[in-house]
Amino acid sequence: MPNYTLNVNGQQRQVTADEDTPLLWVLRDELDLVGTKFGCGIAQCGACTVHIDGVAMRSCQMQVSILDGTKITTIEGLSVDGKHPVQEAWKTIDVPQCGYCQAGQIMTASAFLAENKNPTEKEIRNAMHGNICRCASYNRIEKAVKLAAKNL
Amino acid sequence: MKLHKKDNFSRRNFLKTSVLASGGMLIGFNFLTACKPEAKMPVTIDNLNFNDFNAYIKISEEGYVTIFSPNPEIGQGVKTAMPMIIAEELDVAWKNVTVAQADLDTKNFKRQVAGGSQSIRSSWSVLRETGATAKQMLMQAAANKWQVDKSTLKVANGIITNNNGETLGYGDVVKEAALLEVPEKVTLKALKDFTIIGKDALNVDLHKIITGQSLYGLDYKAEGMVYATVLRPPAFGQELVSFDATEAKKINGVLEVVTIGKKVRKFKNSGEKNWSFSLSSSDKVVVVAKNTWAAIKGKKAIKAKWKTITALESTEQHNIVLNAILNDKKGKVRREDGNVKKAFANADKVIEKTYSAPFLPHNCMEPMNFYANITKEKVHLVGPIQTPEAAANIVGKMFGFTQDKIHLEMTRMGGGFGRRLYGDFVFEVAEIANKIQKPVKLIATREDDMTTGIYRPSTKYKITAALKDGEISGYQLKEAAINGNMYGSIAHFFPAGCIPNYKVESGNYKSNITTGAWRAPYTNFLAFAEQTFFDELATELKIDPIQLRLDLLENLDPKKDKRIQYSGKRTKDVIELVREKGNWGNVPVGVYQGFATYYSHNTHVAEIADIEIKNGLPVIKKITVAVDCGIVVNPTGAKNQIEGGVLDGIGHAMYANFSLKDGKPEYKNFDTYRLIRMNETPIVEVHFVENNLKPTGLGEPGLPPAGGAVANAINAALGKRLYNQPFIKDLQKQTILG
Ligand code: FES
Ligand code: FES
Repeated sequence: MPNYTLNVNGQQRQVTADEDTPLLWVLRDELDLVGTKFGCGIAQCGACTVHIDGVAMRSCQMQVSILDGTKITTIEGLSVDGKHPVQEAWKTIDVPQCGYCQAGQIMTASAFLAENKNPTEKEIRNAMHGNICRCASYNRIEKAVKLAAKNL
Repeated sequence: MKLHKKDNFSRRNFLKTSVLASGGMLIGFNFLTACKPEAKMPVTIDNLNFNDFNAYIKISEEGYVTIFSPNPEIGQGVKTAMPMIIAEELDVAWKNVTVAQADLDTKNFKRQVAGGSQSIRSSWSVLRETGATAKQMLMQAAANKWQVDKSTLKVANGIITNNNGETLGYGDVVKEAALLEVPEKVTLKALKDFTIIGKDALNVDLHKIITGQSLYGLDYKAEGMVYATVLRPPAFGQELVSFDATEAKKINGVLEVVTIGKKVRKFKNSGEKNWSFSLSSSDKVVVVAKNTWAAIKGKKAIKAKWKTITALESTEQHNIVLNAILNDKKGKVRREDGNVKKAFANADKVIEKTYSAPFLPHNCMEPMNFYANITKEKVHLVGPIQTPEAAANIVGKMFGFTQDKIHLEMTRMGGGFGRRLYGDFVFEVAEIANKIQKPVKLIATREDDMTTGIYRPSTKYKITAALKDGEISGYQLKEAAINGNMYGSIAHFFPAGCIPNYKVESGNYKSNITTGAWRAPYTNFLAFAEQTFFDELATELKIDPIQLRLDLLENLDPKKDKRIQYSGKRTKDVIELVREKGNWGNVPVGVYQGFATYYSHNTHVAEIADIEIKNGLPVIKKITVAVDCGIVVNPTGAKNQIEGGVLDGIGHAMYANFSLKDGKPEYKNFDTYRLIRMNETPIVEVHFVENNLKPTGLGEPGLPPAGGAVANAINAALGKRLYNQPFIKDLQKQTILG
């Protein structure tokens, strides 16, 4: 099996994996970063969202072999101790129910707000519509994104 | 399900204390059973024994309180709400309280189940009394120290103050308190003195969730653990004949390929009854690998041959048989009042409607998974399960272990919705672990979950009403469901007791498709059928739909009929509240409203949907909800549950389609199976009826009325009645046809 060096959360990490292994499973199984979640495996739910060079991407569809030279950020590396404004907003609004989808929601929201500092409600709803929350905590996710936009 | 033997039981029996070796006080208590008089309390935290006490409170010498909360958390917030109740009566600052998930007691744990929205309801009194007892003992210890009468002391936030203004923290007196006799009588706080209950408390796992820490079953890891995927029959009604694993074994990381099934079959054939055993008894092919990806790829590479052993059923055929039950067969009568036949014979007009809903998979966001390690000496199980007691029990029987040799740890669950009531994946992983003699985690893919699941039964209703002199003189409801749906007490929900001639009956078709509980079981679709039917009757009778419900409720006399499940008064309360808060009948041009109300899981709910029409399709703008769940323990958590329940109800009613062809599910993943997404969600505005009644369930009751409220609003806008779920199928037909 080939070796890869990945830049994850600011650290160089060595992994051995088949080249078609999705980043999702490299993060979870090899690097012990289990915050990134598995929901569908086909880029439909957003539970596995990470940032690749600051852009929100579905890690279930990213092969480990194409990530050379990129900067990968996962929920664990988004901030020190959960202090990112999006995470803070998630706390203030008490968003989660089961909580399983929330890392993906936060990663989508944080990449979106980095691009669009002053989004309209419609833009927020469109930007977040790729992330499923089976518990349907959508009202609170929407509120938290609005709050984070204000505080950024 | 019987939860309480009796409501009051000796405190001496359900509560005991001890001094911890490490300092501090340990209070053990039991929710529902009086424990044995000789029950011993441990002196170290590592030895918590859940056989006699199913929950513990530790008060450290620093005054910090740790509550070992025993109920599984599936996202319904009990892990926050239950400790709040203890902290309230104990009178400690909520910020000094931490909560730890307790592992399973395998002997005496009677209600370690998250289901039926019953967790809070069934433990309210015990939690309060436990907190109050501990507080009283701490106060007594302080009184002894100061040599004053206990009644002269005051407590706030874990600090005891005497008349001279001297203070002692709980931590200062825990050692002495732990040695005192448990008092037989305690005074509970007056509700008006509550400082924690009724105030928002954030989800206790919030920080871990938003920073991505390991919490869920899927995140669990153990030394030497391998990963397993399971190939099950692709169609209901099939069994494994043979398989070729040559290609699978070539995949990097695949360790071995084995079969399982024998143990489950043997157990099943032994006559043991367990609701999980409706699952396939076929052999299954297991791919064991070093990592998840290899296990997933390996499963795809298996070439398996299957044979058909029972009929391969299809949705088309189910529709035919269910209609036949509705129209031609006698059902099982669940309740009959008056003379229905006569009422219909004498009617001025008879209205008859048929409603239909598909199977629904649960689609918990976290796919099914479980960890097992079975050695000669013991069994270790870890993962997300709503029924840990039953699961551990069966694993013990299957592999010949007594319950004290089984250790089951519960993880936070990425959703339950009923699916994790069934322990099929626990038995599977146990059989795998036993076979390969390695610690192993079973992982299901989304496709596994959706195509080999346990579904909300596909169901149809026929409802008929007799109208006479502008009144509803007769009402009949008949259910036809795959494998059955309704149970006894449902027939005593509204409108039972409100209509003189009334009959509910049900019939079912035995199918090999596995069916089971799905959020708000029995009523998630029934509520829609009934509440849209009443809306239609209101139109027919030319009366406001809310007024129609209120008028009918006037006829209810629960004293005359003990079987009646719901409260007329509480139903009226939620109706009145939602009518006011939702501005019923008083909305801008272009906004259309629909109303529905439903009682389930001991909670009364009424909802008003506001919709607009864009491009011929409804856009749901807002749902106003009124809830009577008694005392609201944690308002933010309670609202979150209702918001989620309502949107879940709307999402499935609008979009969720599921069908089978030749025994195979036709929907496999979220590319075709449609769940509601943020851009389709209305604002949900939740209002609680204020009263001092015992708290009741919140996880489920928001869901049942949601579909009906939306359908009624759609009719108000488009003049189109919806009879089938998902609505989107009929709505699209309508827009395409203009
Ligand atoms: S797991 Fe990647 S989008 Fe669902
Ligand atoms: S909080 Fe449960 S899936 Fe989003």
